[in-house]
Amino acid sequence: MLETKEMQPHHVKLPDGSIEKLTTTLNLGPTHPATHGVFQNILELDGERIVSAEQTVGYIHRAFEKLAERRPLYQITPITDRLNYCSSPLNNMGWHMTCEKLLGVKTPKRVDYLRIIIMELARISDHLICNSIVGVDSGAYTGFLYVMQYRELIYEIYEEVCGSRLTTNIGRIGGFERNFSDTAFQKLEKFLREYPKVLKEFENLFTRNRIFMDRLKNTGGISAERALNYGFTGPNLRAAGVDYDVRVHNPYSSYEDFEFTVPVGSTGDNYDRFLVRNAEMWQSLSLIEQAYRKVQEFKGAEAEVYHADAPAYYLPEKKDVYTKMEQLIWHFKIIMGETEIPKGEVYHSVEGANGELGFYLISDGGRTPYRLHFRRPSFIYYQAYSELTKGSMLSDAIITMSSLNLIAGELDA
Amino acid sequence: MRPVRFNIHPKQGEPNKSILMTEAPEGYSGQGFFTTKLSDVVGLARKNSIWPLPFATSCCGIEFMATMGAHYDLARFGAERVGFSPRQCDLLMVMGTIAKKMAPVVKQVYLQMAEPRWVLSVGACASSGGIFDTYSVLQGIDQIIPVDVYVPGCPPRPEAILDGFMKIQELVGKESIRRRNSPQYAALLESYGIQ
Amino acid sequence: MALTNEIIQQQLTEKFGDQVYNFESPFGLLTFQSPKEMNLKVLQFLYENENLQFTFLTDLCAVHYPDNKGQELAVVYLLHNLRENIRVRYKIFTDIQQPDIFTATKLFEAANWMERETYDFFGVNFIGHPNLKRVLNADEMDYFPLRKEYPLEDQTRIDKDDAMFGRGGSIF
Repeated sequence: MLETKEMQPHHVKLPDGSIEKLTTTLNLGPTHPATHGVFQNILELDGERIVSAEQTVGYIHRAFEKLAERRPLYQITPITDRLNYCSSPLNNMGWHMTCEKLLGVKTPKRVDYLRIIIMELARISDHLICNSIVGVDSGAYTGFLYVMQYRELIYEIYEEVCGSRLTTNIGRIGGFERNFSDTAFQKLEKFLREYPKVLKEFENLFTRNRIFMDRLKNTGGISAERALNYGFTGPNLRAAGVDYDVRVHNPYSSYEDFEFTVPVGSTGDNYDRFLVRNAEMWQSLSLIEQAYRKVQEFKGAEAEVYHADAPAYYLPEKKDVYTKMEQLIWHFKIIMGETEIPKGEVYHSVEGANGELGFYLISDGGRTPYRLHFRRPSFIYYQAYSELTKGSMLSDAIITMSSLNLIAGELDA
Repeated sequence: MRPVRFNIHPKQGEPNKSILMTEAPEGYSGQGFFTTKLSDVVGLARKNSIWPLPFATSCCGIEFMATMGAHYDLARFGAERVGFSPRQCDLLMVMGTIAKKMAPVVKQVYLQMAEPRWVLSVGACASSGGIFDTYSVLQGIDQIIPVDVYVPGCPPRPEAILDGFMKIQELVGKESIRRRNSPQYAALLESYGIQ
Repeated sequence: MALTNEIIQQQLTEKFGDQVYNFESPFGLLTFQSPKEMNLKVLQFLYENENLQFTFLTDLCAVHYPDNKGQELAVVYLLHNLRENIRVRYKIFTDIQQPDIFTATKLFEAANWMERETYDFFGVNFIGHPNLKRVLNADEMDYFPLRKEYPLEDQTRIDKDDAMFGRGGSIF
């Protein structure tokens, strides 16, 4: 780089008022298609190399935390749906488990296993979107179109269980709204039968694809120390080589009953993140299979258990609410937060699709939380984006963004 | 008051007519000629080749991905060419929450689009703020830009998005070619502060 | 030797004496407080002491207690020792008139945006923060929305003022 104006050859006379500098400023977003959501990045470019990046977020800040201070516990579940909307059930159940911890509700084993089925399905659908989008950004659109069809299988299972596709609002404090129907199990079986082939095909398309590997390897890497210092969790941290997984370290929902491995990478680059997510999908599949087998072992009356025995917090059955006065009153009381809620401070975290999704709930015994803070993994690790992209090519920065799996709804809360 | 319609007279499906072919507009035909209104031909062409600009900010955007996918396939309606440049697009599909910080951006995108342009507001958040009646969320994009069709739902199912899209097609097909020059239209834009 | 809440508490009191207090363990999570001037010293001790090694900042947020005069704002750190898999929660309280607190960004890069968020929501002024400005809300905003005295709803909306929707009224 030449230092003074005189030293530069062929110096072009710029119009008056132009800013003279040796780098180009590129404003990426907030509506750019490559940003997958609404982020703004102001990039300083030297040619195609990124000198510095500055992120601006908050373009869909919806004030979840303030909103939660005005809502009784049950009415907060729909808000959690909209955090990471690619894997809503994980958020719903994380929130329900937080409430259960505060209220002292103990869930039966069958509920835990059913929850694991749904949570791991959610993890698969989230990782599927992330990895196929990495493909789209590196120029391979086919994989995306191919796996989107099979994500519908997961949505069909959600639909059978709770009636909704994306923002599921699935489950209740203490369990599920109703038992899984036979159709739901049939759909689950169909998914377990068909999905491994799809995933294998997807891997064949990408994993050893020369172009894909060249685009992803050694881009957007981070060391384990820096990743920890930046508060990375989830697949992005594991790609950097740290085997921290909330499911293993602080098991919830009976994850301790299951056999699974935690895939780790080594360099923390885009390719490792891709591989870790793929490997996690296989682990999730195995977890679903194990959980499904365990669910099938329950016989007789036990096979009808789908919620905890906690009448003060678990909503009465809808049929009874419509026909019985008592149940209607209970339903109303629970929805409006009229039942007794203990004082206390709870932190509960689940392994969300992006990492440790934490709920810090302070209750003062009132109807609504006194304060509810969400630990949103993507908000925390997006800080590292400028460090990840420094010195890399512009096109690599786009892939880095998609392989981090930034979900605007979760990030901005 | 917005008109409210309930689905009390569900239409019966007609298996023989389930495949729709575009029909020629009304007109006179004879040997070797066909006359019709210019606006009908223009409308026919426009409505079957809408270029949408997906302005997806949150959850509804994920459902839009499903709509674009092979399962629901928006391409059947002549809209597979999703453009990300506002200059080339006809239909702004706003999907997801628009925060106040984002509002000027939406307006800018709308202003960058060339006439004729339509706006489809997908989902409760874009239409009315939805469940987010909070200090940071714009309470419906119709506060800043004129909207042609609203799709309810949180998020709407892909079928609902398709239905909204077909309503847009209906509007596009029937629109008079003089509408965009009319004083009423100028007054509408004026009410949003757009010249 | 596994690290337990008792050992952490003992180590902290050995080092800081009565500068750390209000030890309790709700749901098994050790929680304690200190004066706000001490926050960096305590965090650094937790980070660098070879027995403790709380090197992972899980979460940072603030809570507003308007009735707690002189100590209205609480800043809560949640730290994690990943080796021993144990967490601590550390709180400091500050006056809302002068919410000045030392920044933890030198220890944890992760604290950068979390502190900006806390500033954005509650107006906690982190001294020494490299870039303390609003992160989620628009820069033009002139109040700190998560403080209890500010309303949740958008004040410009007039067509939804029905008390039945919770506007104009309150469910408390």
